[in-house]
Order: sequence, then C-alpha cells, then structure tokens
Amino acid sequence: MAELQGRKEDRLDAWAIGLILVLGAYYAVWAGANATDRAFAIQMWTALAAFVAGGVMLVYFLGRGPVLDQSSRYENGVIKAGVAASMFWGLAGFLVGVVIAAQLAFPNFLYFEEWGWTNFGRLRPLHTSAVIFAFGGNVLIATSFYVVQRTCRARLAGGLWPWFVFWGYQLVIVMAGTGYLLGITQGREYAELPWYTDIWLTLVWVAYLLVFLGTIWKRQEKHIYVANWFYLAFIVTIAILHLINNMAIPVSFAGWFSYSLFSGVQDALTQWWYGHNAVGFFLTAGFLGIMYYFIPKQADRPVYSYRLSIIHFWALIFLYIWAGPHHLHYTALPQWAQTLGATFSVMLWMPSWGGMINGLMTLSGAWDKLRTDPVLRMLVVSVAFYGMSTFEGPVMSIRAVNSLSHYTDWTIGHVHSGALGWVGFVSFGALYCLTPWLWKKKRLFSNALVEWHFWLSTIGIVLYITSMWVAGIMQGLMWRAYNDFGFLEYSFVESVEAMNPYYIIRALGGLLFLLGALIMAYNLWRTATDKAPAHVRAADLPAAGAPVAAE
Amino acid sequence: MWSFHKWFERHSLILLIGILVVVSIGGLVQITPLFFIESTIERVEGVRPYTPLELAGRQIYIREGCYTCHSQMVRPLRDEVERYGHYSLAAESMYDHPFQWGSKRTGPDLARVGGRYSDEWHRAHLEDPRSVVPESVMPPYAFLSRAEVDTARMGDHLRVNRMLRVPYTDEQLANAAADARAQANPLDAGAYEFELRYPGAAVRDFDGDPRRVTEMDALIAYLQMLGAGVDFDTYQAQAPENQR
Repeated sequence: MAELQGRKEDRLDAWAIGLILVLGAYYAVWAGANATDRAFAIQMWTALAAFVAGGVMLVYFLGRGPVLDQSSRYENGVIKAGVAASMFWGLAGFLVGVVIAAQLAFPNFLYFEEWGWTNFGRLRPLHTSAVIFAFGGNVLIATSFYVVQRTCRARLAGGLWPWFVFWGYQLVIVMAGTGYLLGITQGREYAELPWYTDIWLTLVWVAYLLVFLGTIWKRQEKHIYVANWFYLAFIVTIAILHLINNMAIPVSFAGWFSYSLFSGVQDALTQWWYGHNAVGFFLTAGFLGIMYYFIPKQADRPVYSYRLSIIHFWALIFLYIWAGPHHLHYTALPQWAQTLGATFSVMLWMPSWGGMINGLMTLSGAWDKLRTDPVLRMLVVSVAFYGMSTFEGPVMSIRAVNSLSHYTDWTIGHVHSGALGWVGFVSFGALYCLTPWLWKKKRLFSNALVEWHFWLSTIGIVLYITSMWVAGIMQGLMWRAYNDFGFLEYSFVESVEAMNPYYIIRALGGLLFLLGALIMAYNLWRTATDKAPAHVRAADLPAAGAPVAAE
Repeated sequence: MWSFHKWFERHSLILLIGILVVVSIGGLVQITPLFFIESTIERVEGVRPYTPLELAGRQIYIREGCYTCHSQMVRPLRDEVERYGHYSLAAESMYDHPFQWGSKRTGPDLARVGGRYSDEWHRAHLEDPRSVVPESVMPPYAFLSRAEVDTARMGDHLRVNRMLRVPYTDEQLANAAADARAQANPLDAGAYEFELRYPGAAVRDFDGDPRRVTEMDALIAYLQMLGAGVDFDTYQAQAPENQR
C-alpha cells in the first residue's frame, strides 16, 4: 500500500519535471537556432544536451520501478550525490584559484595570447562562482537536506523534486562556468550569471525552498530546530537578493547580453546590497546552519545557549542587510547611505560573535575531544576563523580604515580568511561527518589523513592571509605616500611591482590548501568504497509500522 | 519571557514571514530613497550617452572582466585626485547599465583614463601589456584586433538603453550601425553626420586598420572617452545642491 502510493506520487512529480525539461529543450532549440552570436549558441546546445540527459534519466529511473530508496527512513541518495558534487566542484574551484593567483605572480608564463578565454578576467568569475556557488552551494543543499530530515524526523518532501533541485543546480553551475570562459557575464561581481541562467536558477531555487519547507511541514517534532531557521533565512533571502539584483532587459531572447534595470549609483548600491548579503546569507547564515547541527553532533554536546541562538539569529539577519554600503565608502554614493552601512557593519560584530560563542562553547565539557578528533577540530577552528574575519570586517568598514584598505589586496585576504577558514573548514568538517554516516561506515578511512589535510590547509590559509595583509596595507600606503617635495612618491606600477613576492606566497598558500583538499577527496573516496560490512545507525532505520513514503 | 519565541519555532509560516519582514527593512530604507532624493545625482554639463561604438567597447570591457582588476571610481582623497583627476560624480555613471565602479585595483583606476594615452599606446598595451609596461601583470588582448564588431545589432542595444531612459534620439537609433562604422573611420561617408548626432565624440581610426571595425576599435573608443565628459569648470562642488 505504502509503496503503491509512493510510486503514484513519483509519477506526478515526474510528469511536472518532464514538462519543465520539454519546455526547456524547446526553448534551447529555438534560441540555439536563432542565436545572435556563437557563444550563446554553444550555451543553448549545452542546455539542450542537459535537458535531453535529464529526460533520459527520468525515463530510465521510472522504468526501473520504485525510484526512492526505502531501506532508510530518510532520503539519502540525493545527499550522497551532493557530497560527491561538493568535493568535485571544490577541487575545481580551488584549482582555478591557484591558477589565477599564479597568473598574477608569473604573468609571463601563464597568459596565452591565442587563448583569450584563459585570461584572468574570465577565470576570476569562474573561480569565485565555483567556490561560492558550486562548492558552497552544493554543501549547503546537501547538508540542509540531511539536517532538515533528521531534525524534523521526516523524510524529504517532494518525491523526485530534491533530485530536480540537485541536477538543476548542477546545470546552473555548468552554464555559468562554460559561459564565463566564453565571455558571457553580466559584469556584476558574484552575480555574473546571464539572464537566462538567472531564470533557470530562480526555478531551481523555488523548488529548493518548497522541498525544504515541505519537509518542515511533515515534521514529527513540535519545534523547528535552530539550524533550520538559519537554512530557511538563507534560502529565502538569497531568493530576494537574486531576483532584485538581476533585473535586466535582454537585448534579444536569442542572445546573452542584457542591460541591468538600474544604472550608476542606484545600480551600485543594489549590487552591493546583493554582494554583501551573498556573504551574509549564503556564506554565513547557511553555514551557521551547518555549525548548529554538526558541531553538537560531533562533540556529542547540546548547543551552548538557546537564548543566545534566538538573539543572534534575529540580530544577524536584521543587521546584515544594512551593511552593503561599506563597499562604497568615499564613492559617489550619498554619504548618509555610507554612514548607515558603516554603522550597521560595526554593530554586526556582536551577533556574529554571538554565533561564534555559541559554537565554541558547545564544546564545554568536551574540549579533550579536540586532541583526538581531527574532524571536530576542523569544525571548531572554522568557528575561530569565523570570529576572526567577522571582527576584521567591521574594522574594515570604518571609513578611515576603508580609505586605506579598499581596492587593495587586504580585501582579498579578508575574504579568504572567511572563505578558506570559515566556509571551507566548516564544509570540510561536515563532509567528513556525512561520508561515513551516509555510506554506512563505522568511521573514516583514515584520521591521519584528516590531520594532514588540517595542517596543510591551515598553513596554506596563514600564508594566504598574512601575505595579503602585508600586500594590501603596503599597496594602500604606497598609493598615498608623498615625498618631501609634496609630490606622490610612487607611480602606480611601482605598487604593482612591489606585490610580486606576496603574490608568490599567496599562490603557494592556495596550493597547500588545494593539496589538503586532494587528500580529503582521496580519504572520502576510500571511506565510501570501503568493503567493511555496513554499519547501520539505529536512527536511520525505517520507523516500525510507519509508511514512510506515503504522505 | 522567551516563551513568545515558540510561535516562530512551531509555525514555519510565521517564521518565514518574520524572516521576510526582518530582512526587508534595511534594503528598503537604504535603496529606495536613492530613486527619489533628487540630489542623489548631481546636475552637470557634458555627460552624454555612449556612441554605438563606445557602447560596443563597454560590452567588451564587461565581457573580458576588466572590472575584476580596474575600478572606475576616483575617491575624494588627496592622493587619488592628484593621481587620477577630479573625484567621480554620480552623474558620470548615470547611463551605465550596469555600473562598473569596480572593487579592486590590481591595475590603476580607469575612471579618467580617457585622453591620457594615445590610441597607439592603448593598442600596443592591450596587445602586449609588458611591451610598454614591463612590470605589468595584465593579460594580453591581441585577439581583439582580429575580431570584428557586429555593428548590425547596435540598434537593438540602443533601443534597450532607451527603454531604460537613456536619452537616445530616433535618429541615433535608426543610424546605430552606420554610426558605429563611421566613428572608427574618419574617411567614412557617414562621419560628418555622426559628428552631428554625437557632438564632441572622437572620430578616429582607433586600431590603425581603417578597413574593419574591430573589437580593438570599440574598446579603445570606450577607454578614450572615460571621464572626459564633464565640464568641471561649470561644476561647483561647494554649491548647496551638490552637497550630499
């Protein structure tokens, strides 16, 4: 009975998803055939191939019988795929990062006159999008699907829709990445996706929100767990930011170029409202959701303070939205907006550290585990990096500091202390936890390799951020230095020349970080393919007598 | 005191609405006034819409990700004003969809690069940056000299800009393709009419190849007009309407 209902539900989803695929393929054929330029045509044929592949997958899996695995009370397949995708895109994104860092260090060797698509300007959005949206996004989707099921004691809602979210999101990544190499971009930092990929992402994101909410609606717990507040705030706010910042009019429905609805100063503030809150909600709120599940779980301790989590949740999401204008200090943005932005940025320090304290203090009574459990250590160090970069951020948002730091590599260093230290490490920690849990293994293949990963990456981060501090402050000071005669002391290019040793150290730091991630990928691979008998966790077994798929 | 929070924790829709309200406030307070407060954009002489060729150049600037290393925003700081020129005004980017203020100066600011170097310098620098600036870390863009601009579509581009309230005239719309060709070739039959439609715009063979309109033509035409528009003799920074 349960199975019959489950299959019926699957079929309905399959029809809807099939319809989306057919409509998408229809548009891709039309636009590809009428394309105004070659780059757009390539994008459309890529999309068409993806839609056809999606259709084949759909038919194949439906033909095989019940699609969804009934051996666990939770849906795990899509999360396994997310873990694999996270690792894959992470390696790709880190690799591109090392390449572009090396390009700035060795411009004579790493630019190829005939290959314009390998230039820094095209690879840099590829790097940022790959690490933020491909790596970070897959980690967020996978962990949120895992956490929401466990904390609601309910199976993932929506039948096949989680798979639509997963594969639809991979299509966004492929379209974005190949597009950047072809020169397709909106010229808005971290919102470089062209209009048609934006529309597709909107569709995928709405499906994501509904799957997440739908699972919460099915919950067998009275309360919604704190991690889910953060995930929900992340999903909803990113949707708003995405929709408003990407409003544009395409020149042709069969071409990639579009003009943004706003211009100049209004466009600038809209973009940095988006840009800063991509940090605030994608890279912070979402990953705090990870922190609130995985640290208590791995430390086997309850969250330190329930009240602190309430206060810092609401304060964080309220204050973050205001902080965007600190990216526009001393620009043509009216000063009242700059002042508001700086004020709220400084206030933001408090809820940020509220989160840090709540994460760290969860270790109360379990600090000894840091010596024996390298995965827990990774999670805890990520929170320490979070605390450090959320202190540095407010400092840099003060106008006097910003006049020195803005436009320099200090900003790049600041971003990476958050991105490598906080987002990177908390993601690695979560993936190290998830792999044995999902593949039903007793433990990771090797804790020693986790140690290697931890130390290589930590040394890499330290090299990265210290070299960028020195480089950035030096740049800022050189630009404003005057000689005894009252003339500017340095020409611009002298500041470029002075960067060279630091760019080399930075590239080395990035290389160590990449090396650590490669060790991790090997470790996860060996864990997942380990031949040891399955280690089943009691909480994952189908609840007795409860027809899990029927709803 | 904390029991009220159970409403948010037990009802996902109340939680959702709470989040929506809380995250909307900041953006509404900061962004919407910029569209209504008149002093947000200064009134100045000399800012004009881009010519079709410059607009095509701007498209290449965006496509190649120049904004990842170059800002277009001179801040009102002593060293910046002496290094780059008058600090940037909001009015100077009011026709920029999207804005390209940038956030990083791996290379120098370009807000006022127009007219600073010769076309030949730009060409040599874009084709092989280290041939003129040995310490540069910029990638080479020699392929721009080989790629032609699709001038036929420039009319569509101008039309979309006019929908966004960039004041192009009907005549400018109708002649966009011809104007793009004429601006890159002073001997072109349409060069005179182009100058009538875009007074003050430079008509030159930017890339040294008069037979074709290349992407190099377009990009140099764009770079050469950056920041050169505003007549700062008529702009009074201390006037009350310009105090923001």
